[in-house]
Amino acid sequence: MTPFAYDRAGSSADAIRLAQATAATHYLGGGTNLVDLMREGVATPDRLVDVTGLSAAIEPTPDGLRIDAAVRNTALASDPRVRRDYPLLARAIVAGASAQIRNMATVGGNLLQRTRCAYFYDDAAACNKRVPGAGCDAVDGFNRIHAILGASPACVATHPSDMAVAMAALNAVVTIDGPDGSRDVPLTDFHRLPGGTPEIETVLARGELITAVTLPPLGFGARSTYRKVRDRASYAFALVSVAAAVDVQGGTVADVRLALGGVAHKPWRAFAAEAALRGQPATAASFRAAAEAELADAVPLRDNGFKIELAKRTIVAVLEELTGEAA
Amino acid sequence: MSVIAEAAKKAQGAVQAVMKTAIANAPDGWIPGGVPDPLIRAKHGLVGTPVSRIDGPLKVKGAARFAAEFPLDGMVYAALAHATIPLGRIATLDTSAAEAVPGVVLVMTYKNAPKMAPPPLFMSNPKAVSGDNLPIFQDADIHWNGQPYAVALAETQEAADHATTLIEVTYDELPARTRFAEAKTNTYPGTFQGEPLLVEIGDAEAALAAAPHKVDVTYTTPRHNHNPIELHAATVRWNGDDLIVHDATQAVTHTAWSLAQIFGLKEEQVHVTSPYVGGGFGSKTLWQHQTLAAAASKVSGRPVRIVLSREGVFRGVGGRTLTEQRVAIGAQADGAFDAIVHTGTIGMTSHNNLPEPFIVATKTAYAAKTFHLDVEVAEMDMVANTFMRAPGEAVGTFALECAVDELAHDMGIDPIALRERNEPEQDPTAGTPFSSRNIVAAYRAGAERFGWDKRQAPGTRREGEWLIGMGCATGTYPYYRMPGGAARLTLTRDARVTVAIAAHEMGMGTSTAHSAVVADRFGLPLDAVTFDYADSKLPGVVLAGGSQQTASIGAAVIAAHRALVTELLKLAGNDSPLAGLKADEVAGYDGGLCKLDEPGRYESYASILGRANRDEVTVEAEAPPPLETQHWSMHSYSAIFVEAAVNAITGETRIRRVLGSFDCGTILNPKTASSQFRGGMIMGLGMALMEEAQFDERSGRIVNPSLAEYHVPVHMDVPAIDIIWTDIPDPHAPMGAHGVGEIGITGVAAAIANAVFNATGKRVRDLPITLDKLL
Ligand SMILES: Cc1cc2nc3c(=O)[nH]c(=O)nc-3n(C[C@H](O)[C@H](O)[C@H](O)COP(=O)(O)OP(=O)(O)OC[C@H]3O[C@@H](n4cnc5c(N)ncnc54)[C@H](O)[C@@H]3O)c2cc1C
Repeated sequence: MTPFAYDRAGSSADAIRLAQATAATHYLGGGTNLVDLMREGVATPDRLVDVTGLSAAIEPTPDGLRIDAAVRNTALASDPRVRRDYPLLARAIVAGASAQIRNMATVGGNLLQRTRCAYFYDDAAACNKRVPGAGCDAVDGFNRIHAILGASPACVATHPSDMAVAMAALNAVVTIDGPDGSRDVPLTDFHRLPGGTPEIETVLARGELITAVTLPPLGFGARSTYRKVRDRASYAFALVSVAAAVDVQGGTVADVRLALGGVAHKPWRAFAAEAALRGQPATAASFRAAAEAELADAVPLRDNGFKIELAKRTIVAVLEELTGEAA
Repeated sequence: MSVIAEAAKKAQGAVQAVMKTAIANAPDGWIPGGVPDPLIRAKHGLVGTPVSRIDGPLKVKGAARFAAEFPLDGMVYAALAHATIPLGRIATLDTSAAEAVPGVVLVMTYKNAPKMAPPPLFMSNPKAVSGDNLPIFQDADIHWNGQPYAVALAETQEAADHATTLIEVTYDELPARTRFAEAKTNTYPGTFQGEPLLVEIGDAEAALAAAPHKVDVTYTTPRHNHNPIELHAATVRWNGDDLIVHDATQAVTHTAWSLAQIFGLKEEQVHVTSPYVGGGFGSKTLWQHQTLAAAASKVSGRPVRIVLSREGVFRGVGGRTLTEQRVAIGAQADGAFDAIVHTGTIGMTSHNNLPEPFIVATKTAYAAKTFHLDVEVAEMDMVANTFMRAPGEAVGTFALECAVDELAHDMGIDPIALRERNEPEQDPTAGTPFSSRNIVAAYRAGAERFGWDKRQAPGTRREGEWLIGMGCATGTYPYYRMPGGAARLTLTRDARVTVAIAAHEMGMGTSTAHSAVVADRFGLPLDAVTFDYADSKLPGVVLAGGSQQTASIGAAVIAAHRALVTELLKLAGNDSPLAGLKADEVAGYDGGLCKLDEPGRYESYASILGRANRDEVTVEAEAPPPLETQHWSMHSYSAIFVEAAVNAITGETRIRRVLGSFDCGTILNPKTASSQFRGGMIMGLGMALMEEAQFDERSGRIVNPSLAEYHVPVHMDVPAIDIIWTDIPDPHAPMGAHGVGEIGITGVAAAIANAVFNATGKRVRDLPITLDKLL
């Protein structure tokens, strides 16, 4: 690990000011991802600004439930309002990592955690994300966990977060503060597809700080869930995950929210499937057709072709579960 | 007797076939274990009771000191830099930036390392214990992707770690053999323990072709990495020309000798201790880090602590290599086997010699008219593969026991019935009698307790999304006892006994189990026994490997105990109630000795030593050479039962129940033995469902060197595990006991694969059984 300086911010303004100090200053949340990357030599900040001391409130606002960026993952998943109104979010969070990691991890850090691509982690490998222009060893290497949607020849990595997938389904809004003021960005626009610049993963500009995420009200949010398919029962990243909420009126899908994890460089909001479902009968056939529509453009790599069928099946199973008798 | 004496000498190395036959044909009485250990008959002692681990409270309190916890004055910390090419030479090397890091004391590479001889490769000598025999830091050559090429020493671990990242290195690369498909086009026959891994009895291919029923299938298993919780570590210092090493090792004496060869020292000049080891599984032997720490300590004049990072263990410590195995079985309509073919190829380097011996279990598993067993070696450029819990058997039983299940299914025979049908009366390939084999009893007990009769046809049992199936398989592991066992016993007048033997405690309960054995032998309470171990200055060459430590300690203690009793009887003299008795006629009882069949003829140790005016008696004795393993066919057995659930939608497999029914002789301590069984079975579960070192064939580099990405089972993956055993003593083994360390993992992967087949109707012949293979 490269030596670095450490500051602790008392306020957002303080944090943003401190972050101007050097070009290689990084914010530090729970450190569960960043510190690993520093140990691996993938991240080499010369200064850390610890933002875990900033406000960590969860409060209702006219726009919805506002969650400060420093809220720990465990606190968010156990908040009674979240559990009641947005159960898919609570489930997504507890499906991730381990209890110890969730106790440390923050909302801001979770959104910004980086891919688990093995070649990104290994500085002996070629990775355009780590060293722009270096090439990509994953395209023809081990890519079982990699993207089937929205990838580019430059990068086939996935975004590993569970929490962010649920937030994508919920139309969450990310509030960003920075040297040039504050702005709001829908979560679905916050992360980017890799294109030719996979090193640029979000719309954040240098020095910008996530201060909060707001969850707009969702009338049918109570009928929602998160299902994660993985290689062991716990403590493994999603191969495919599905966050969904459905509103069925008289056997017809009145409204639906659907997002996928483990399939793309960003939490993947399944807009095509949603459009295919609205107004359709809530049957397995419509669910399968919607899943087919969403994955029509999926591209398999050497090891991950199974994800296409797996994603379709998981979408159908989740929708059936939410619309079935027991739901 | 001269034949046996000569054979004993040869047992040190490769035993010639002639000697083998002589030993096989010798009268039982000439062979160690020919007369059953009297302890087998004793019913009321500590043996067989669940004594809690003596080291337990120490570990809970943090008072047990591990290799990386010895504080030494002036100590510096070491970190390693690892090569990133599979084969070639270092072209340029610049360590100046690393040396400039504040706190850095030394950066050592091949340019400034001291002269050292290559480490002695495992099995090249009885005390050789290195994973490979490549010279260490003597030249610019790189032999595998991940080979250490620099050590940084610094006042803090952080400074040392940082320094290694600043070393600038370039390479001249050579074409490397990193692709198995290419490597296996050019193979040679493997040898293991001095013998070729080849068995040919009759014409198996012809018998197979002629058999009315047959399976002929190929199974593959990937590389597995060692991941004991305790990272490989050593704290070393030089005292003049003497080297002191606090190591994490399963081979103290071997390590001392091997390091002495490397540094050109006398064996006595190297002192290795290893009181606690946080898991070994075959990996805690001699790898480069101990040598590098000692060399860097010599160059810097400072004591050195080295702890490999988790990635460092993946890069520098070998694991289980990959295998491709063909199993073909030909059978008559009644199920009797005409032919067993078990052949295939493994990957190995040119600088080690462990051709993963996957045929070992097959040599004794079933009766058959013909056999063709063969392990071929494909050389690859990679970290030297090594022993990993049940080397050979773990992957070999996967292939064999799946094939038996496939044949049983094809023939419409219950797989247990098919196994019973082919139960051999004597060792089917060696021809020797079994010392103790109760596998059929283990199956029957297991099947009844597990509810095997409720098993349904493949793919017919469903609960919601989950397809449920049952499977079973046989596990087996040989009883080994390596030459070199020796022990010192000291009995004091206050009736306390100290056992001194260079054995090891890796968390499996060695000191606890053997303290109980010694207490019973002497007729003393547990707290009268002190067990001194894990120090190369103590007697014995005792490897904690091959599940042979229990037998090795047992045989050494029996020999020393006999010598001690002989001495006591001499001291007791003619005025004792024991007068005139021989060592074989007395037993330890209630703090003294008594005549075996006449407990009234008794004298206490205190009285004997008091009358002789002695404070203590000390004897040291060597165990007899392990001829019993050639006179009898000696093995542990298990019948493993599994209930698996496979998600019909996602292909996820979850194991719901596991039962292990073991036949391993006397169980010395039910508590520590069950932990060994259970741990082995969990490791088998990981091997079946998730473990895989991802070796990138383009670069020869392992790309998942972290426990986040290299999956082992988490608690939620592990169901309730039920363990039972026959507890039938092996009359020819010390204490009637077999080792229990490795048997647990064997058979488990096959039982799981067979249960997955029963659940889904799908055969997965390529480990691990991940969900993509079941979609
Ligand atoms: C073994 C392991 C298993 C895991 N399994 C899962 C899993 O199954 N599912 C899952 O979803 N996650 C998993 N995780 C990842 C875990 O969720 C993330 O590490 C965690 O959420 C990151 O949060 P943090 O606060 O610790 O972030 P940090 O590590 O502190 O920071 C991450 C990034 O966010 C930046 N940052 C932090 N806060 C802010 C802010 N307010 N504004 C701007 N930038 C900020 C940092 O500069 C850094 O770049 C796992 C992690 C590990 C180590």
